[in-house]
Amino acid sequence: MLMAAAACGGNDDSTSTATSEASSSAAPAGAALKVGLAYDIGGRGDGSFNDAAARGLDKAVAELKADKKELEAAAGETDAQKEERLRLLASNGYNPVIAVGFAYSESLKKVAPEFPDVKFAIVDDDAATGANISNLVFAEEQGSFLVGVAAALKSEKGSVGFVGGVDVPLIHKFQAGFEAGAKAVKPDIKLQSKYLTQPPDFGGFNDPAKGKTAAQGMFDSGADVVYQAAGGSGSGVFEAAKAAGAMAVGVDSDQAALPAYADVKDVIITSMIKKIDVAVFDFLKHAADGTVQSGKTVYDLKADGVGYSTTGGKIDDITSKIDEYKQKIISGEITVPSS
Amino acid sequence: MSERNASSSGTPGAGGTGGVGGFRDRLLGRVKLSGWLALAAPLLAVLFAALITSVVLLIAGSSPLDAFDALAQYGTQPRTMAVILNSATMYYISALAVAIGFRMNLFNIGVDGQYRLAAVVAAGVGGAALLPGVLNILLVLVVAVLVGALWAGIAGLLKVKRGVSEVIATIMLNAIATGLASWLMSNHFGVLNGNELATRPIPADSQMPGMALISGTPQLVNGFLVVAIILGIAYYVLLNRTRFGFELRATGMSEPAAVASGIGVKRMIVTTMVLSGAVAGLAGMPELLGESHKYSNNFPSGLGFDGIAIALLGRNNPVGMALGALLWSFLSNSSNSLQMLNISKETADIMKGVTVLSVIIAYELVHRYRIVAEQRRAGQETAAAPAAEGAAA
Repeated sequence: MLMAAAACGGNDDSTSTATSEASSSAAPAGAALKVGLAYDIGGRGDGSFNDAAARGLDKAVAELKADKKELEAAAGETDAQKEERLRLLASNGYNPVIAVGFAYSESLKKVAPEFPDVKFAIVDDDAATGANISNLVFAEEQGSFLVGVAAALKSEKGSVGFVGGVDVPLIHKFQAGFEAGAKAVKPDIKLQSKYLTQPPDFGGFNDPAKGKTAAQGMFDSGADVVYQAAGGSGSGVFEAAKAAGAMAVGVDSDQAALPAYADVKDVIITSMIKKIDVAVFDFLKHAADGTVQSGKTVYDLKADGVGYSTTGGKIDDITSKIDEYKQKIISGEITVPSS
Repeated sequence: MSERNASSSGTPGAGGTGGVGGFRDRLLGRVKLSGWLALAAPLLAVLFAALITSVVLLIAGSSPLDAFDALAQYGTQPRTMAVILNSATMYYISALAVAIGFRMNLFNIGVDGQYRLAAVVAAGVGGAALLPGVLNILLVLVVAVLVGALWAGIAGLLKVKRGVSEVIATIMLNAIATGLASWLMSNHFGVLNGNELATRPIPADSQMPGMALISGTPQLVNGFLVVAIILGIAYYVLLNRTRFGFELRATGMSEPAAVASGIGVKRMIVTTMVLSGAVAGLAGMPELLGESHKYSNNFPSGLGFDGIAIALLGRNNPVGMALGALLWSFLSNSSNSLQMLNISKETADIMKGVTVLSVIIAYELVHRYRIVAEQRRAGQETAAAPAAEGAAA
């Protein structure tokens, strides 16, 4: 999994390598970066979203010799408690500070102006803006479109499903892209969708049993490929696919390559990859070089910030078709809906 | 033993298995401790909790001294004191809602659904800015109280009309409230902004102003602190100084006795649930009117369950619950500073759980000590009495 991160980092850095190399040699040596990172609910070890951020951080610790401090969110907390978390990191000399997840939007808006010298970054949010805030956002719908194409091409029954963790706008983007991709291949394809919990109950991101039941229902009613954007609940979807002899599509990380999913990797035909690790590492690298830019950075297909995985070789026969759609999205010929 | 206990504590109406003097009565604070015993119980509880937490920290490989030092430092900064007061305000209102039910043996688990549904509807109405300024605040509060009361009233009616346990009914209603709130957000009140779905913010002139109570920090104290204190006083007066309060406590102690003395128990059940729900509706208001000014996916969840724990901590006593809410808030907010020492955030949750258990155990131990002491004294008196009579004869 670290190798995957390293490989992604290599690809993505191609444009900026020259400049950052030059300025890093100019930067004062020995001033170790003190990185503060605030996780969303689930924290390090969720096998999905937070772990992707953690990989970017780990890479920075290894390659940039950075110090790190990681704080986790508690379930059901208020914005005031999130503010305190960011404030604690900033006031204890951690700079830059990364907030993982759009849940930090409101709290970052308040805390960032109090620490004008600290560089902040927030993942998945562009509503909190400021001179010292970098917004790292992703075009999840574009990556989801491609795995939708893959699912539709691989489906023998002409029926696919989507399992979302929690019924929130962010996850709607995954569903919209997936369904648009599937329909682009087979306009008459049968679509099913299910969200595991309703906000403010965010348990749907961490409940494999619910994921399994939802996916089982879809397989029972005729689907043979199910895409999950459900964080820690995704493992239940994979188990259901294995039991039903069907196929599943992973999310965020290249899940077929993760040791945690070794038992079910045979059913994971591909994963929609969201390169949070690359975004986090890029930001930290810029911070080390003193070249951080505030404002929005969109990680889309064009920037190689989202994509699909081919681990396991299950979709090797259709990658040329998927890549055709990829080029159409990059060129703007296809606009993927995000809701 | 229980008869002796009932008569010696001087409380009336000990009938049936639920008679005063049982574990449940001691748990819910119906049996009072007096003198130094009233002080001994909480001290013992704190000692217990600190001891068990230290063991947990040692097992986890952290130094308890460092942890307690970090907690002490965290709790004494002006900013964090204000933050702690603000969260405690929500916890306290939620605990009051639970306690109203507890005093009548009604276990309102539904405070959680009641405050969330109330907050969604109130936020939607407040964001629409139908009225200007302070009038809008009042409208929001009235809506919140009504929604909370109605939602809890359903459970009350189900219990009275169909004999459905309020525990089951309120748990189910919590789930329905979640679904209903979600539907209201996505179809009526919610506005999408980036990845966040939230209600329209309540206009600046209708927000609850903060108070600069604590010097040395720009962090304001939520104006709802005043409302919470008023609610606490009202709770005390209602239960101890009104006929309704007497009937409520009497029904809680013994339902058959209450029926025999002419109290309309069914009406009492519905009224109590409605009242509990009305207060529950206010639990989300400090956050809505004083902090976030809108309902979003980030709105605090689980306040209702915090309220249950705090009502137990404070033994349904208005002052006890206030202390409990402050302690609870302190522990909830301290998880960040513990994490700075690389102590996992779950430690704060363990501390909260251990504290509740310690309070229950400590009070029970002190009560048993009191009962044994009373029996011994009574035994000595009865042994001394015949001897004196014999001497006179």
